[in-house]
Amino acid sequence: MSKTLFEKIWDRHVVLQEPGSPAILYIDLHLVHEVTSPQAFEGLRQRGLPVRRPGQTFATMDHSTPTNTLELPLMDNMARRQLQQLQANCKQFGIRLLDLDNPQRGIVHVIGPELGLTQPGLTIVCGDSHTSTHGAFGALAFGIGTSEVEHVLATQCLLQDRPKTYLVSFSGRLSPGVTAKDMILALIGRIGIGGGTGHVFEYSGDAVEALNMEERMTLCNMSIEGGARAGMIAPDDTTFEYLAGRAYAPQGAAWESALTNWRSLPSDPDAVYDRQVDIDVSRLEPMVTYGTNPSMSIPISQRIPDPAIESDAVRRGSLERALSYMDLQPGSPLQGHPVDVVFIGSCTNSRLSDLRQAANLLRGRVVADNVRLLVVPGSESIRRQAEAEGLDRVFKEANGEWRFAGCSMCIAMNGDQLQPGQYAVSTSNRNFEGRQGQGGRTFLASPLTAAASAITGRITDPRTLL
Amino acid sequence: MECFKTLTSGIIPLARDDVDTDQIIPARYLKVTDKAGLADGLFSSWRYLSDGSPNPEFILNNHEVQGAQVLLAGDNFGCGSSREHAPWALAGWGIRAVISTSFADIFRNNALKNGLLPIVVDADTQRRLFAMTGESPTVQVTIDLASQTLTLPDGSQVSFPIDAFNKTCLLEGLDSLQYLLHHAPEIEAYERTRGWAL
Ligand code: SF4
Repeated sequence: MSKTLFEKIWDRHVVLQEPGSPAILYIDLHLVHEVTSPQAFEGLRQRGLPVRRPGQTFATMDHSTPTNTLELPLMDNMARRQLQQLQANCKQFGIRLLDLDNPQRGIVHVIGPELGLTQPGLTIVCGDSHTSTHGAFGALAFGIGTSEVEHVLATQCLLQDRPKTYLVSFSGRLSPGVTAKDMILALIGRIGIGGGTGHVFEYSGDAVEALNMEERMTLCNMSIEGGARAGMIAPDDTTFEYLAGRAYAPQGAAWESALTNWRSLPSDPDAVYDRQVDIDVSRLEPMVTYGTNPSMSIPISQRIPDPAIESDAVRRGSLERALSYMDLQPGSPLQGHPVDVVFIGSCTNSRLSDLRQAANLLRGRVVADNVRLLVVPGSESIRRQAEAEGLDRVFKEANGEWRFAGCSMCIAMNGDQLQPGQYAVSTSNRNFEGRQGQGGRTFLASPLTAAASAITGRITDPRTLL
Repeated sequence: MECFKTLTSGIIPLARDDVDTDQIIPARYLKVTDKAGLADGLFSSWRYLSDGSPNPEFILNNHEVQGAQVLLAGDNFGCGSSREHAPWALAGWGIRAVISTSFADIFRNNALKNGLLPIVVDADTQRRLFAMTGESPTVQVTIDLASQTLTLPDGSQVSFPIDAFNKTCLLEGLDSLQYLLHHAPEIEAYERTRGWAL
């Protein structure tokens, strides 16, 4: 029978499926970070259980780490205790940890691919919803809660109901200045933030095939913002080229047999999906969010919608509350709206190509007065590569701040945060109320739009500066 | 896990769609290494004013809903981050069931593992419940998990879905990790068929 990419991977990983119970699904790779793991390790200790496969478990620190220094004693006490807890847990249970001073440390979803841990056909989980990022390699990768982290640590398995499949087909060619970030914002705007609930996205079509791996990661990263726990892209030569020679990628004969396996993964031509949506990207514009969830976005040339046209009362109320939180007027344009902070970073858009795009716009320019530009690379490796290319100098000469790797202002746990009432253009993935700091207001956009807005101090269409 | 059989309780109406886990428990509360104390941060940005005092406008500060254990929400409750701190905070405050038309997948999984029952109802039932709580804030619902029925304040009943596995776990207070550990032999057999190791 014909199968989709998802179905092939799922079927190969079902250990047991008893009637009336969820499947026992085998997990190949488990990524761990400091925020969602302490209670899981504590659970193991209470039950007297070891980690079943420490060799298939990999830990990093990213969420609450500082980005202005790598010195632990300078940080706030609770964050420091959380990081020390992760160190102690990894030591006790024999798990590899990329510690604060490790040159390969970074945001968990950035380093997995960088190290070649993320490979086609694998099942990958992490106590973090943006685990969907790894699906860019044709892996089944999804976020889990802390109880499930404990399950995987103890048994290398999860109890899972089989999700449905959702084909997202992007066709056409992106115009200059329009990026993968705009594609995913357009999708979420179209289907809503609950649109993919219970489903796994598979992104396909010529517009997806044309993307490089970093762009594919941006696309898959925000699958969760469309309600899907996972998003996947069939592995192809672009995927294999990216992986070849990476630290944990198979080598020599193992590489050849891996390739044979990986080439069998793409969906069969007549495979059937539960749902499908088609999006033509050729007329896509840069997208910007105006509200307090990632589905509330518009093409940059358009105006903020009027809640009055919403017939459902709760929906209308949500939109009104969003505009009131953002202090924006229905019917007004977003373009030209003043901004206080521009954040370029996060597991959505902090890879080398994102930094290059932003730097290309910023080169020889300075950010507007009163705008704070914060550039935070996704990993320490990216930081070093960017510095080797002189990108750090471009950001600093533009009066931007250049930081060490981490989640930083995406989640505002480490002190990098907005002040109440401030507006930020952010390349991250969530514009929820207070996400980037209590009372802060977020416009989600691409690195190009972010850089353009930093230069003018207002939300700006990057195509006017290219 | 505490078992869940029946519950008769007041209702806390939260008429907002797409309540995300960043709202349920903001990230600044996530630096803890245990599960205790999270109830203080539940909905904190809505619940407290900027000077730290309770926001009288927010439903959780309404004296009539104190002690209520059922939260009535808009559509798509629990979207966003995978933080299990969200159900820990809800349960810590005393919430035992959430009623919505839909739940985000990870939140639903997390809730079920903490004895917090997600109840899916249709849009009409949701609307009627909001109307009833609007008329009288002290009305009650009764949840009977064994028969999967929700009895509304007007005495009418609707049934709600739940899969057999989670229903048994909740009714008997069973921990799903036990089920996995019990199947260790099958896991071992599976691992022998696979060559993968990092
Ligand atoms: S960068 Fe943001 S979204 Fe990504 S893992 Fe860190 S906190 Fe989560």
